[in-house]
Amino acid sequence: MKKKVLTVDDSRTIRNMLLLTLNDAGFETVQAEDGVEGLEVLEESNPDVIVTDINMPRLDGFGFIEGVRQHDRYRAVPILVLTTESDAEKKNRARQAGATGWIVKPFDPTKLIAAIERVTA
Amino acid sequence: MDMNEIKEIFFQECEEQLAELESGLLALNDGETDPETVNAVFRAVHSIKGGAGAFGLDDLVSFAHVFETTLDGVRSSQLEATPEVLKVMLRSADVLADLTAAAREGGSVDADRTSALSLELEALARGESLTSGTAAPDDAQHADETVQPQTDTPLPATSSAETEADLAANDAFEPIPFSFEDFADEETAPGVEAPSEAEAAAQPVTSDAGLFTIRFKPQSDLYAKGNETVLLFRELATLGTMTVECDASDLPPIDQLDPEAAYLAWTITLQTSASETDIRAVFEFAEWDCRLEITKGETATASDTEIEPTAETQASAETDQPMAPVPFDLTLLDGDGTDEDAAASAAVEGAPQAANDAPDPGAVATAEQPAPSLPIAEKAIQANAERQTAKPTTVAAAPQTIRVDLDRVDRLINLVGELVINQAMLAQSVVENETGGSAAINLGLDELQQLTREIQDSVMAIRAQPVKPVFQRMSRIVREIADMTGKTVRLVTEGENTEVDKTVIDKLAEPLTHMIRNAVDHGLETPEPRIANGKNGEGVLRLSAKHRSGRIVIEIADDGAGINRERVRRKAIENGLISEDSTLADEEIDNLIFHPGFSTAEKVSDISGRGVGMDVVKRSIQLLGGRISIQSTPGQGSVFTMSLPLTLAVLDGMVVSVADQTLVVPLTAIIETLQPEKSDVHSFGSSQRLIAIRDSFCPLVDVGQLLNFRAETADPVKGVALLVESEGGGQRALMVDAIQGQRQVVIKSLEANYSSVPGIAAATILGDGRVALILDVDSVVAASRGQSMRQETALAAAS
Repeated sequence: MKKKVLTVDDSRTIRNMLLLTLNDAGFETVQAEDGVEGLEVLEESNPDVIVTDINMPRLDGFGFIEGVRQHDRYRAVPILVLTTESDAEKKNRARQAGATGWIVKPFDPTKLIAAIERVTA
Repeated sequence: MDMNEIKEIFFQECEEQLAELESGLLALNDGETDPETVNAVFRAVHSIKGGAGAFGLDDLVSFAHVFETTLDGVRSSQLEATPEVLKVMLRSADVLADLTAAAREGGSVDADRTSALSLELEALARGESLTSGTAAPDDAQHADETVQPQTDTPLPATSSAETEADLAANDAFEPIPFSFEDFADEETAPGVEAPSEAEAAAQPVTSDAGLFTIRFKPQSDLYAKGNETVLLFRELATLGTMTVECDASDLPPIDQLDPEAAYLAWTITLQTSASETDIRAVFEFAEWDCRLEITKGETATASDTEIEPTAETQASAETDQPMAPVPFDLTLLDGDGTDEDAAASAAVEGAPQAANDAPDPGAVATAEQPAPSLPIAEKAIQANAERQTAKPTTVAAAPQTIRVDLDRVDRLINLVGELVINQAMLAQSVVENETGGSAAINLGLDELQQLTREIQDSVMAIRAQPVKPVFQRMSRIVREIADMTGKTVRLVTEGENTEVDKTVIDKLAEPLTHMIRNAVDHGLETPEPRIANGKNGEGVLRLSAKHRSGRIVIEIADDGAGINRERVRRKAIENGLISEDSTLADEEIDNLIFHPGFSTAEKVSDISGRGVGMDVVKRSIQLLGGRISIQSTPGQGSVFTMSLPLTLAVLDGMVVSVADQTLVVPLTAIIETLQPEKSDVHSFGSSQRLIAIRDSFCPLVDVGQLLNFRAETADPVKGVALLVESEGGGQRALMVDAIQGQRQVVIKSLEANYSSVPGIAAATILGDGRVALILDVDSVVAASRGQSMRQETALAAAS
């Protein structure tokens, strides 16, 4: 069965890139534009792994991760964070919020797929 | 979807982000203090940077990065958004827009300007935190760190800089108080003891290169964050051959087992050609939430012996402090000696809170396990709650939108156009075939007509867009020209949410830009003469849009000196546009500036010159089916008023016959229609005729003759006169043979399907399937004034 990935990112560009990359790699992809929508989509999509941005309107990545980790059903879903390079402080905050791992930007399809495969069985 | 399409999406998104950026900065400039505005501005730049990085647009990335860093300073309140700071930021937004455009179209940018602004931004990020004196030292350090361009920063997490930063952040993180009193009686857990750096260094260098011993003990957080040991091992196995040993000695009896706790530890022997860095990379995501010891060679026993006496305290300490780095444990032990009780009580003192909170002091370790994550969870809930309560005030409920390719909308609009024509044809053939007697058919036709009209309106509404983006672009133009001319100008925009068809918006930017340039360059004065004349040194340019009777009216008003009529008149005489002795009304003089080839500037200035005069502005507005007029008061300023149709796709027109041809005259141009009496028509000169309308005379224009439909002048009494008004050109009575009716027609471009025809704006298809030409009233009026229409068109095209 195809693995399902939930991506949360407010940038249309990045969303499209994720979609293209993930679909090419044989994943099923569901998308949300910010943390609030991410939590909503989470409920209905039951993803195997989540990829999220940090800087987003309404609810940012930290809040979103915390929200997922408090969720009865989905708190164990691996969450990968898209971070900007050299931003150690953000990375640490993401880890504290409960992120499983991270992918440094700029966006690189190979790295993304490798990271996803690393956290999904 | 491929990468090129995504790149196109990226640039579209950039445009939106740039607009957001600018409006946010302008809002801040106007004293907006909502933190969400700063956040939105930051996100806009951040987003551009993120996308640009993915496409390898390095120039864009590095500038966006510097900009972002400075904005981050504002966001974190280290840098105050003073007008001076915002001025630099607005200019930076302009440069960012230029860089984006250059990346999109392959043009070049002013590299000096870019780097100069980069330095200014860096100085802001740095200078402010130094001079303010209130910033904490680490703030200054932070600013220093972040202004470094990112493009050359190495990625691996193992780079020393990053590790240091990680450790620093780690130290900064508030330790979680926790009691491990209850662990005191636990059995020793060999194999999970802490390694020490000193120890690792002290290990003899073994000859069996490529053999690693990895000890790995996850904490419950590792699982809570979605990591999985089996996946880590699986990846580790790809590096070489390995043996795994599991230490389950911590496992409590099943009735005391917490399903979410971490009890197991592993010792892995890995034979590999990979380096220790590679191995650590496998644990990259997990390293925070586990005890990880990697030693070269098979040296496990040595450290076992050494650490044995303290192993049990450490085992408990380690489970309790998910964030604690290894050296911390040793310090703790060194300080308190190896006495278990001392160590334990010290820890309890350090964590009275946790001890008090423990529901049952006698509870076994397993019951305590989830505790470490509790404070985090609480914080998370709290933070989340704060965010959520803050949300409704900052985020307005955005209407749901979808993005549709413009081509699809255009296709729909074309199809609806065909539907309208078809419906008209059907109605006509029903009438012609005299089947109209049936009430059911008539009713059905009426309903069809109504539905068609509604569908058409709805489809048009899809393409309707607010003029905001165009207005926003103007603020940059005002800034730049004000800077170039040394004027202080404030742009005030009104009605920027007024909607108009996208095709109109696209064509609006150019004439509007020119008029804004003109208003700042020629209309407004420099501060000194303004102040001398008792005005505010800051000139105000007001750009407004509103709907008025099915059209959009855009006004550009300046509070400058007004049109210098004496100079305009002199210039017009010099250029031979008017004769020395002609007497002109003020309004007529003002309108001379729209005359082809007229320019009031003594020399063509760099700004509003560029070889384009107001005549071209007027022409391009006319091509949109619009009109432009000017009102000027000396010493108080000028107002340019443009009136444009809301859409270029349909038109309400009057269908008329002229010399066996069917023409459509735009309804908006017609003031009234009248049947001339013989006594009303007067000859004037050799060929001119005038018609008396109430108490004034109006030139009569024979449309058939003008368009070369016939050679002879028609008898006005047998026809109908349409009194029309053209922008700035006064009134004319257009003579046609008969009026067929009024109807909405779908505009079909002549240029696209045939070629431009003087006097004709476009074509349409009527109900009977025939093509009818749509009259260009302004150009017909201009032609009737005795100028050759062809010449004027040629002039407009040449300039």
